[in-house]
Amino acid sequence: MSEFTLWDIVYNLLLAGRWTVLLSLTAFALGGLVGLILLMIRTAGNPWLVRLVRGYVELFQGTPLLMQLFIVFFGLPLIGLDVSPWVAATLGLTLFTSAFLTEIWRGCVESIGRGQWEASASLGMNFTQQMRYIVLPQAMRIAIPPTVGFSVQVVKGTAVASIIGFVELTKAGTMITNATYAPFTVYGCVALMYFLICYPLSLFARHLEGKFRHVAR
Amino acid sequence: MAYEFDFGAIVPHWKLLFDGVILTTELTVIGAVVGVGFGIMGAWARASRAPVISQIVGIYVELIRNTPFLVQLFFIFFGLPALGVKLTEFQAAVLAMIVNLGVYSTEIIRAGIQAVPQGQIEAAQSLAMNRLQIFRYVVILPALKKIWPALSSQIVIVMLGSSVCSQIAAEELTFGANYIQAINFRAFEVYFIVTGIYLVMSILLRMSLKVLGNYLFERRRHV
Amino acid sequence: MSLVELHAIHKSFGELEVLKGIDLAIDEGQVIALIGKSGSGKSTLLRTINGLEQIDSGVIMVGGNKISERDTDLLALRLQVGMVFQQFNLFPHYTALENVMLSPQVVKKQSKVEAKEIAEEMLAKVGLADKMMHYPDQLSGGQQQRVAIARALAMKPKVLLCDEVTSALDPELVNEVLAVVRKLAEEGMTLVMVTHEMRFAREVCDKLVFMHQGRIHETGDPEEVFSNPKTSELASFVGGLA
Repeated sequence: MSEFTLWDIVYNLLLAGRWTVLLSLTAFALGGLVGLILLMIRTAGNPWLVRLVRGYVELFQGTPLLMQLFIVFFGLPLIGLDVSPWVAATLGLTLFTSAFLTEIWRGCVESIGRGQWEASASLGMNFTQQMRYIVLPQAMRIAIPPTVGFSVQVVKGTAVASIIGFVELTKAGTMITNATYAPFTVYGCVALMYFLICYPLSLFARHLEGKFRHVAR
Repeated sequence: MAYEFDFGAIVPHWKLLFDGVILTTELTVIGAVVGVGFGIMGAWARASRAPVISQIVGIYVELIRNTPFLVQLFFIFFGLPALGVKLTEFQAAVLAMIVNLGVYSTEIIRAGIQAVPQGQIEAAQSLAMNRLQIFRYVVILPALKKIWPALSSQIVIVMLGSSVCSQIAAEELTFGANYIQAINFRAFEVYFIVTGIYLVMSILLRMSLKVLGNYLFERRRHV
Repeated sequence: MSLVELHAIHKSFGELEVLKGIDLAIDEGQVIALIGKSGSGKSTLLRTINGLEQIDSGVIMVGGNKISERDTDLLALRLQVGMVFQQFNLFPHYTALENVMLSPQVVKKQSKVEAKEIAEEMLAKVGLADKMMHYPDQLSGGQQQRVAIARALAMKPKVLLCDEVTSALDPELVNEVLAVVRKLAEEGMTLVMVTHEMRFAREVCDKLVFMHQGRIHETGDPEEVFSNPKTSELASFVGGLA
C-alpha cells in the first residue's frame, strides 16, 4: 500500500472535481436549452404537444436519475451507438435537468396574470411578441431564484454518474478509499468539496429570492 | 445484427424485484414518518428564540442539503465505522433517508410556519397560551396543511433517490435489478422494467400522500 | 355603414349561455354605454368586440370586413379596436413611457423616435407628462389607468373599449379617469364602455344599451331611457341604483 498524505487525497479529489464541475455546467446549459424549447411548446398550447411535454416531465420526475442513466448507458449501444460514460452521463443529466427546469419555468410563466396576456393581445401583439416583450421578461425575474436553486440539484445529481463509471468526485472518492482504506477522511473530504460548490449556489439563490420578493418589476 | 429484446428473461426473477419493492417501500415509509417528525422538531428549533440552537440546526441543515445523498450514504456506511459506529446496509440506508427527509422537511415546514398569519399567534397569546401550546394547537396544523404538496413532492424525490442505496448493497429495488442483470446479462430490459415500476410507485406514493393529506387536514375542518 | 357591426352573437361558457343573440351597430363618433346587472353579459360582449372571447356563432364586422377566428384577422381587428381594462394591466417591468411606446414599436414597426413622440403626446393628453419615467408601482391607481388609456390610444384605434375602467379605483381617484374619458368623447372618439357610473353615462353617452340575461333588453337615448324606462327590468335596475 502506497502512502497517501491528506494533501494527496485532496489533490486527487480536486482533479476529479473538475469533471464534476464540467458535467454540471454542461448538463445545466444543455438542459436549460432543451427546457426552454419544451416551455415554448408547452405554452403555445397545441393540445397534443402539451400532453407530450407533460408526459416527458412526468416520466423524468417520476423515475430515479440512476435508472435514467442506466437506460441511456445500456440502451444506446443496443441501437448501435457506443457511448462513453461521459456521453451517457451528459445526455442523461441533460434530459433530467430539462424536465425539471421546464416545470419550474412553466410555473413562473403561469404566474404572469391573464391580464398581461389580454392587455398585450388587445394591443395587437402576436404570441411571439407577447412572449418576448411581456411574459418572458417578467417570468425570468421570478424564475431566476428557483433556477439557481435547482442548479444545486444538478451538481448533486452528477454524483450518480459515478455509478455508470464516470470518474468524477464521488467515483474518485471510492477509488482513493480503496487505495487508502481511509473512508472517513476521504468521504469527509468529498462531502466538503460538494458543499463548497453547492453552498455558495444555495446562498446566492436565497439572496436573489429575498431581493426579488417585494419587487414587481 | 439487430439486438433482440427479451423482456421474458426477467420473469423468472420476479421475486427479487418484489422483495426490492418491499424494501424500497420500507425505506420510504420509515424515512418519511421519522424524518417528518424530526422536521417538525427542527422547524420548532429554527423558530426558537435561543439563537445557538437555531444556528446549530441551521448548519446541520445546510451541510446535508448541499451534499449528494450518495456521498452521505458512503460516509455513513464506510466512514462511520472509523468512529466505532458499525451499521448494517439496511440501517445505513434508513439512517440516510431519515437524515435527508428530516432536513428537507425542516426547511419546508419552517416556510409553512412563517406563512401562518401573525394575527393567529397574537390571538393565541391573548388567550394566555404558552409557546408550546401555540405551536401545538394553532400553528403546526395550518402550517403543515399549507406545505403538504411541497412536502409530498419531496418525499417522492427522496424515494426515487433511494435507488442509489444499491451501492452499499442495501437490497432495495435497484439492487434487485443489478442482481438480475448480472445473472442474465439483460441490462436494458431489466432497467427498463424497473424504471416502469418506479414510475408506478411514485404515482401511487403521490396519490397516497394526497389521500393522507385530505384525511389529516380536511376532516378537521368539518368537525 | 357602421364602424363595428355585431350580428346574432352567441357565446356560452360550458352549459351557461351568456350571450343569446346580440345585434349591435357602433357608428363612428358614437359613445355607447353598456349597463346591466353583473352576470348580464355586458363585459363578455365588450370582450368579444376585441376578440378576447371567441364567439360560438354570429358575425363581427369591422369597417365592412368580416372578422374570422384566424389569428391574422384577430390582429387586424385589434389594430382598429383598443381596450382599457378594469385592472389596468400595465406591464410592470416597463415605465409609463415604455408601456405606451411598446406596441407602436413592435406591432406597428414605427421607429423609436416616432413611437416616443406619439407616446409623449398621449401621456400629455391624459395629464401625465411629468410621470413618464415612473414605473406602474410608483403610480396611483388613477394614474395607472390613465397610462393604460394613453397606451391604447397610441395605437390610434378607431374604437376604444372601456371595461369598468373606474371599478378598481378608490373613490377619490375616479374623477380624474372619468375626466379623461369625457375629454375623449368630446373630441369625437368612438367609445364603448361598460360602466356602473350612471350619472356619467347619462351625461356623456349618446346611446345606452341595457343588457339583461344575455340579451339586449332595451336601448335608446340616455335621458329617455333613464327618465322613462319601458321595461320593468330596466325600471327596477335604475330604481335600485337610486
